[in-house]
Amino acid sequence: MPFDIPRNTAATKRSFLISNPSVLWFMGLLGLFTIGVTVLSEGFGLGLISTNLVKILGMTLCLCLIAIAMDVVWGYCGILSLGHFAFFGLGGYAIGMWLMYARTEINIRESLGRGTIPPTELEVSEAVAAQIFGVVGSSELPLIWSFAGSLPFQLAMVVLVPGLLALVFGWLAFRSRVTGVYLSILTQAMTLALSLYLFQNDTGLRGNNGLSGLQNIPGALHVPQAVISMWFFWASAFALGAGYLLFAWVVSGKFGSVIRAIRDNEARVRFLGYNVEGYKLFVFTITAIVSGIAGALYYPQAGIINPAEIAPIASIYLAVWVAIGGRGRLYGAVIGAAFVSLLSSWLTGGGAPNIDLGFYRIVWTDWWLVLLGLGFVAVTLFFPKGMGGLFDYLVRKKP
Amino acid sequence: MSTLLEVSGVSVTFDGFRAINNLSIAIGEPELRAVIGPNGAGKTTFMDIVTGKTKPDEGRVIWGERSVNLLKYSESQIAKMGIGRKFQKPTVFEDQSVRDNLAMALANKRGPFSVLVWRATDRDRARIEELAEEVGLSDRLDDSAGILSHGQKQWLEIGMLLAQDPRLLLVDEPAAGMTPAEREHTTDLLKRAARTRAVMVIEHDMEFIRRLECRVTVLHEGAVLAEGSLDHVTKNQQVIDVYLGR
Amino acid sequence: MLRLMPRIATLCACLIALILVVPLRASAQIETPLQDALQTVQPLVASPSRATVPDMLAALIVADAPGTVAFLRAWSDREVYERPEDGLFFFAREGADRALVLIDIDTGEEIGVTSSREVNQIRPNAGVRREVGAALVQFELMNPDPARRIAALESIARSPDAEQAEALEIALEAEQDSAIALRMQRLLDLLNARFATETATRVDAIEGLRGDISTEARRALNQILQTRSDFGETLPEGTNVARVRVPGDDMALIAAYAVLADAGLVPERPGRNAIRDVLRANVVDGTVGGIPVHQLDTDEARRAAYLALQEAGTVAPLVTTADMEAAVAQYVFYDAYLEADPAVTGAARDALDSTRTRISVWQFLGISIDALSLASIFFLAAIGLAITFGVMRVINMAHGEFIMMGAYTGYVVQTVIPNYTTSLVIALPLAFAVTFAAGVLMERLVIRHLYTRPLETLLATFGISIALQQLAKNIFGTQARPLTAPDWLAGAIQVNDIVSVASIRVAIFVMAIGFLLMLLYILNRTRLGLEVRAVTQNPGMAASMGINPDRINMLTFGLGSGIAGVAGVAIGLVAQVTSEMGANYIVQSFMTVVVGGVGSVFGTLAGATLIGFLQKGIEWFNPANTLAAQTFMVLFIILFIQFRPKGIVALKGRAAGD
Repeated sequence: MPFDIPRNTAATKRSFLISNPSVLWFMGLLGLFTIGVTVLSEGFGLGLISTNLVKILGMTLCLCLIAIAMDVVWGYCGILSLGHFAFFGLGGYAIGMWLMYARTEINIRESLGRGTIPPTELEVSEAVAAQIFGVVGSSELPLIWSFAGSLPFQLAMVVLVPGLLALVFGWLAFRSRVTGVYLSILTQAMTLALSLYLFQNDTGLRGNNGLSGLQNIPGALHVPQAVISMWFFWASAFALGAGYLLFAWVVSGKFGSVIRAIRDNEARVRFLGYNVEGYKLFVFTITAIVSGIAGALYYPQAGIINPAEIAPIASIYLAVWVAIGGRGRLYGAVIGAAFVSLLSSWLTGGGAPNIDLGFYRIVWTDWWLVLLGLGFVAVTLFFPKGMGGLFDYLVRKKP
Repeated sequence: MSTLLEVSGVSVTFDGFRAINNLSIAIGEPELRAVIGPNGAGKTTFMDIVTGKTKPDEGRVIWGERSVNLLKYSESQIAKMGIGRKFQKPTVFEDQSVRDNLAMALANKRGPFSVLVWRATDRDRARIEELAEEVGLSDRLDDSAGILSHGQKQWLEIGMLLAQDPRLLLVDEPAAGMTPAEREHTTDLLKRAARTRAVMVIEHDMEFIRRLECRVTVLHEGAVLAEGSLDHVTKNQQVIDVYLGR
Repeated sequence: MLRLMPRIATLCACLIALILVVPLRASAQIETPLQDALQTVQPLVASPSRATVPDMLAALIVADAPGTVAFLRAWSDREVYERPEDGLFFFAREGADRALVLIDIDTGEEIGVTSSREVNQIRPNAGVRREVGAALVQFELMNPDPARRIAALESIARSPDAEQAEALEIALEAEQDSAIALRMQRLLDLLNARFATETATRVDAIEGLRGDISTEARRALNQILQTRSDFGETLPEGTNVARVRVPGDDMALIAAYAVLADAGLVPERPGRNAIRDVLRANVVDGTVGGIPVHQLDTDEARRAAYLALQEAGTVAPLVTTADMEAAVAQYVFYDAYLEADPAVTGAARDALDSTRTRISVWQFLGISIDALSLASIFFLAAIGLAITFGVMRVINMAHGEFIMMGAYTGYVVQTVIPNYTTSLVIALPLAFAVTFAAGVLMERLVIRHLYTRPLETLLATFGISIALQQLAKNIFGTQARPLTAPDWLAGAIQVNDIVSVASIRVAIFVMAIGFLLMLLYILNRTRLGLEVRAVTQNPGMAASMGINPDRINMLTFGLGSGIAGVAGVAIGLVAQVTSEMGANYIVQSFMTVVVGGVGSVFGTLAGATLIGFLQKGIEWFNPANTLAAQTFMVLFIILFIQFRPKGIVALKGRAAGD
């Protein structure tokens, strides 16, 4: 499987950025894009880009971030994980709990505070619980919400929950040498179990209602969405840039060498004395954490999270993005995620004109998935390098 | 010359087929040893056992001065103790440059975190150059390993083995598919390596073994049939029977 | 009740006479119109009293006009009218303007409209109605048609009533059919257990119900064991106490106190909300009891303010835990049986306990059958996948869509051929053919090119799966389509009140067994099977032996897909046909294959059985929540693979490696 062959790695004596010009290119383009969107936005600029579009772009950046994480775990390390979207969702849930709790608490305090006697803490938390969980017929605050009012705690959860889950699951799976398609199926099973778990009303995360109203930021409830959307856009751009740098650095050195070697021949790496399971676990966990962070940035922009987001199909779509964009190169993942998700929201959001063939009318909302499915088959069959592979042609033809 | 590896009374059964049958074999340090035997004699399975890939049903595998029981360790741990293995089919990482292949094999810390922050020191670079020189790939360091010729891949793999700085080298059919000139080069490499460490070569080719000028162990049906100099074992009637058929 | 006895006995004699007479009359074909028969006892019908009922019934029974029973029922329900001018009787229904439409009681024809003033509604009193009701039951219970007798028994079982016991007893004596007699005896036991006056009779009847696992028997026993909660200063004499409740132990202290407060024996305990409301009502100059309002945001502060108000005597005193304990300690709280006789409740408790083990055994059996049924569905869904995965090491993510395709094939056939049996017979092979063709097509076009890249096969087939799902949505819409089983498969086999199994599930089980045998035959006894096994174990060697792996792969893939199609028809019969139905089965199918062990029919069987039983078993522990059951099942599978990564039936040796 010839992927792109890095000519400059840790074994040569050159600095990281010089030996990886694509990183510089990427950072430059991302910076320009961010500035461009800011200038054109409603909140801070000319108002040519609607707040809604800013949110879509910000969310796309988050999807690009999880896509590069997926690329590292699959394209570089060869683990076709069908579970990374579950980590993404968990990150979203962790931050969503704080957003929902804190906002509800502010509202409750305001309304109870209007009474003659100020409310006790117990009364506040009972009222908050009743408001949040009334929809699933409960009025008690589940144990996992004990610290939902604390932002630092929930931020820690954004990292810890996906990280620990990935660590435990990965340890179990890699330890028993489950590889290849088995591992994919196993990660899919994990995702399924998680989404089924979250679908239950009594697990404390509001069942299939999910968490909602996440676009309202406690402490900034009176700031217009046009401004908040830009904050999140910047945060997403920053996270994507930082994530790209981190992963580019990780895969460029000897570490990258080892994980690509694991992808190509895991047994041989073992005989070189490397603890293959440890490496896989490291990659699996670190990408899970990045996925969680991407999710924590995504869902406040989406405004709502529910268990359907975590369903196994979402993780498969993630693999589809990376494959279409091109595995084994980080910018490929970014291109794939951005291209497919934006195209998808354009075609299914009713933005695209339907095509009248006279005898049949092609309605994009009906045919987009057929197109995506078949297109994906074609990419797998004929362009295993994906869209990123096109760059190889360009780069090679120039000199 | 002290005993480095001692395999005693080892047996392995696959689905009722006894691949290794009460096998006992020992190698000292430094020593060059050739292992021969017809197909199905259990040569590769023997290597699998020593390197931890296959766990035997019974028997012991004892390593080094402190008599470590190798059966309790995983492949990577065994490799780190100083047993290097070259596979029958050349398995280098074709996607990566010769330099990276060698760098991966260098005897450095193997943990994920130390590897993550590893950057080549001048000593590492010098060692890589030296190894490339040794296996004759100096001018191909920055080429992708995938475009090397078959023989060059074999050498690269031997180079990777040497980079690990093992005390015991297990080499499976190093000369397969090589031109006569390449064979000669390979023989030299192995003989030089065996000056300071134990090297065990599995080979079919009698001519190649003759040139190694070393002690020979003949395996048959998973057990040792004969052991001694090449001339000694080729005179053994049983060995002749096995090789030529009755 | 005893005074009814002689009359009923007379009646009974008449009825027996009637039963004997009926065949004769039927052969003679002579029938008196009901109206004529009624006119012979006109005054008794028009103004009934308890004393006259037996005579009236005797006359009617002798006349034996058709429709007598229906008439009597209507009569006692006050739906019969008398026209005073000629004394004739009519049914009636309400017409326009409060007028009555008279209906002839013999022919059922409407014979004219009249005002309600011109006819008299006949209103038998409660006593009369009871007597007629008993007679009617008797009438039905002694009907020569066994089906009618059984129907009568079922109606008694549905609404048991003290009055019916005697009728039953009489009917039981006359009953010839032993099965019906048995049923009568049990119903009699049920009635006696609840309504008999003599303790001995009741206890005997309850003994008769010992070990009876039917719902009605258990309901009767539970009704006897109904309790009410009560309290008193001491345990009252003569009360049949079920258990004594100790406040603070098996009864919350607050609840016990609230019971006393409800009875007015102690003052109400002001709760948190009550305290807050009181404080709110007593704000004076921004303070309550001298504490500034803004400080009242803790329970302690509120309590202090309340106590201050209490000092001033303006509010009801707080009740402390000690107060509550002291108050509660003066009373005994207990549950008492509504049934006063301890002998009866004791016997009922014993009888109920004795059924417990048998019920658990039956329940276990029922769950096992459910699990077996689920396992056969999993087996059908997974076996095709197991074949393709085992032989070709190809993960077919579109397998679920082949299941869906088969189900839709069944649906389309049903829309064309309305006869469900015929359409099913056609749908099964057709579904096989359609999905076989689809499978072969997919293998030729896509999978063949990806044999060396298994992970990419997974993705490519996933692409096909998305496309097929959406295509199905575009063609058939998003709503679920029915796939109806023929009538002979629609019912259920009722073993007893606890275990019943739907016929369709039995059919699917049989089908799964059929496929198992067929596959075993194909794989072990045919040339194709030999070649398939050869390719499974060593494709390279098989090819060199002159087996064309291309052909084998194509056929295997077709076979696997074809079975998925047939499974789709079967699944469609028990579940709904939607474009997403395949996706619902795919993960479970993978689990089945992986748990069972790749490349083995028996492995898949073992996997399906394990997963089926596991899921039902977990559901048993937590019946309310099938989602939780599925979650735990997946977790179990993840752990299972830790210990047996190669599945239950693992191929050993070097062939299994890598």
